[in-house]
Amino acid sequence: MSKTNPVSKISDLPEESKFRPGHRLCAGCGPAITAKLITLAVPEAIIVNATGCVEVGTTIYPYSAWKTPWVHVLFQNNAPVASGIAAALEKLSAEGRAKKLPVIALGGDGATFDIGLGAISGALERLDKIIYICYDNEAYMNTGIQRSGASILGSATTTSPAGRVIPGKQENKKDLIGIVASHHIPYAATATIWLWRDMVNKIRKAVNYSEQGPAFLHILAPCQFGWRYEPHLTVKISRMAVETRLFPIYEVEDGQLKINFRVSKPAPVEEYLKIQRRTRHLLESRNAETLQRLKAWIEWNWLRLENLEKAGKVF
Amino acid sequence: MMTEALARQHRIALTGNDAVAYAVKQANVDVISAYPITPQTFVVETLSRYVNDGELNAKFINVESEHSALSAVIGASLAGARAFTATASQGLAYMWEALYAASGLRLPIVMALAARALSAPINIHNDHSDFFGMRDAGWIMFNGEEAQETYDLTIMAFKIAEDPRVLLPVVVSYDGFIVSHAITNFYALNDDVVKEFLGVRTTGPRIDPDNPRTFGVLALQDSYFEFKRQQYEAMENSRQVIKEVFQKYEEISGRSYAPLKEYMTSDAETCIVAMGSTVGTARHAVKTLREAGEKAGVVGILQYRPWPVKEAEQLFSRFKRIIVMEKVMSPGARAGPVYEDIAATIYPKHSEVKIIDFTYGLGGRDISTRGIIEIYKKGKELIDKGKTDRVYFHGVRGE
Amino acid sequence: MSTTVTWREIDLGGSVAGGTSEKYKTGNWRVEKPVIDYEKCVRCLICWLYCPEPAIIRNGNEVKIDYDYCKGCGICAEECPRKAITMVPEEI
Ligand SMILES: Cc1ncc(C[n+]2csc(CCOP(=O)(O)OP(=O)(O)O)c2C)c(N)n1
Ligand code: SF4
Ligand code: SF4
Ligand code: SF4
Ligand SMILES: [Mg+2]
Repeated sequence: MSKTNPVSKISDLPEESKFRPGHRLCAGCGPAITAKLITLAVPEAIIVNATGCVEVGTTIYPYSAWKTPWVHVLFQNNAPVASGIAAALEKLSAEGRAKKLPVIALGGDGATFDIGLGAISGALERLDKIIYICYDNEAYMNTGIQRSGASILGSATTTSPAGRVIPGKQENKKDLIGIVASHHIPYAATATIWLWRDMVNKIRKAVNYSEQGPAFLHILAPCQFGWRYEPHLTVKISRMAVETRLFPIYEVEDGQLKINFRVSKPAPVEEYLKIQRRTRHLLESRNAETLQRLKAWIEWNWLRLENLEKAGKVF
Repeated sequence: MMTEALARQHRIALTGNDAVAYAVKQANVDVISAYPITPQTFVVETLSRYVNDGELNAKFINVESEHSALSAVIGASLAGARAFTATASQGLAYMWEALYAASGLRLPIVMALAARALSAPINIHNDHSDFFGMRDAGWIMFNGEEAQETYDLTIMAFKIAEDPRVLLPVVVSYDGFIVSHAITNFYALNDDVVKEFLGVRTTGPRIDPDNPRTFGVLALQDSYFEFKRQQYEAMENSRQVIKEVFQKYEEISGRSYAPLKEYMTSDAETCIVAMGSTVGTARHAVKTLREAGEKAGVVGILQYRPWPVKEAEQLFSRFKRIIVMEKVMSPGARAGPVYEDIAATIYPKHSEVKIIDFTYGLGGRDISTRGIIEIYKKGKELIDKGKTDRVYFHGVRGE
Repeated sequence: MSTTVTWREIDLGGSVAGGTSEKYKTGNWRVEKPVIDYEKCVRCLICWLYCPEPAIIRNGNEVKIDYDYCKGCGICAEECPRKAITMVPEEI
């Protein structure tokens, strides 16, 4: 595999993506943009997709949106399937029996934060030479918007509805990168579609690192259907998640955490919550306590990342 | 054995587990992934040693679970590798959804299963609950009686799985502890003979960057059934392929294999049916029974899936009484799985043949020659009294 | 659209050739369609970059909407820095 270089302009990207139209993902789907950007960042790759919206919406027989080798096996095993492919290709390519390509395990937040976490931990611990990309739409969308370990505090899902007594999910988002980076792998980072250059270059960096061991990306990918906002707002919402500090953009490289997009004056999170029906209820006065907890978490989390950054190579 | 066949092999003393590992090494697998569980653990350990000592040039993926073991092997197989896994009991149960994925994707994976009871209560000893649990998963299923059969079947499994007419995963089961841990002498083919017999894997679905395909589509109401029907056909095709491979293997090794193993069946009136290590014990029992003037015989099941329909009909329709011994319990069913297969094969055409079902040996409960003679006598008597409408239990207190 | 092949011809083991989704047109999902005002367009490629389908064809720095696939999400119009894209109702 040859090393990939960072891009600086949009026109540096290939003209045509290997992610083809005709798929059935919703209009304005953030995970679709993520999938497309992945193939633009690394046109030559094998994708191992976990069960979820992207998998289901792109490969309804006899159609497939993927003009690159693509595999789906189950919900919680994209990491070990990718490990198996990577190991096989290493052996077979050395014998001239196959061509080696980067192997990308792609999974939603359900596949990654929840059901597949043990299997992912196994792959990371073994330092398998794969790239893991989680597209995080903060719930189990494919089965109809159920809560996941990635859903934000207070968000309404079908299994954590905004009820009269309990106003949505009462737990904070799991610290995925913290878990991943604690495996002391070469590279882990967050990204989101709005910051496309950061995202594309992180994917490329991850591919380069994957020759040494696993590289991991956690990409926020807004979902109009599950977050219940107007479809044209997907990129804007991705931007607001960053600018409110709700979704910090950082990377952990060689044990050092670095914030890649410094938000010096965070935008009021209320603006973000207001335009989504999954969180709008948090602005009602009776839900003030949950909103307060969310705001406190955002502040604490940012401070935590700043402290980790200052602390040096702690991972 | 013929001298040419002898020249192609060597005599070796290994446990059943090590016989499997030895076969896998000789098969030159590319990728192994497995997770330890009693009584299979030694397969994983021995293969790890082969790899780390450079005796086998394969990638060994040390996964964190059986679910991941089969998943990694599925990935490797999709990438074109000859891939192997081994498990038992809870490990196999933990693989369950991936079992269906492996066969549905038409991957020529080989798995060894050191058959063991299932929890709860937990028990590490042999029965066939795990094996029968994967009955409908679309795998070709063999059962080795001792190390020799298990070794031979493991080698042949790769040949059968990778045949372009088949492309299905194969499981080779052998009894936990009784076979897996007992050291016996057997004949192993020489390395070069296995190498020539198997070659490297060239067939089956495979990731190809120059011809990018999508594997594991979402197949809706308009296509799922066709994919499954196609998979069914592959299992049907495997009947002929298995026959050919058995024949080819006999030419090389001098050892002849058939889906159903017969002992003193030619004039038998009452036949005992068993699977796994019990078959050997049953032969001893039948020998004794013959000495007492009983027209007894034994049929051992080597090939469980595909169920050898033709062979089974020809064979089982000859007997007056069939006494099925099963190391598995199917609560609420009319009878155990082997009984049901035999009944479905011979009824209603050969309604004069009577079958009775015995559950025995669960959780490693020992079965002796004397025990089998008891089952024989009781079975025969019950059949003659017409009392065959339930499953009987042998060797459980309170029965 | 559904497939009519029998089990004898169907692809092996739940597989299919990559990129075949192009045969499935999603343009009829649309209720509003994006129209580019090329006078205003500065060829920045932002719309091309973010279209989720992708239904914007790029030729060098030129962009063109492919109405066979465009689902009318409006992201291109929202993100265009020159407001060169307008969403207009589809005639029925
Ligand atoms: C073992 C198993 N449990 C449950 C399911 C049902 N299921 C399919 S996709 C899914 C949720 C996917 O959520 P996520 O990974 O976040 O992807 P998304 O659909 O949101 O893109 C669930 C619960 C399954 N396929 N397999
Ligand atoms: S539900 Fe969300 S993630 Fe799924 S296709 Fe629709 S927009 Fe995309
Ligand atoms: S985003 Fe607007 S200005 Fe940029 S290329 Fe598209 S239409 Fe032209
Ligand atoms: S409206 Fe949406 S689908 Fe249509 S071209 Fe614009 S971004 Fe693409
Ligand atoms: Mg999700």
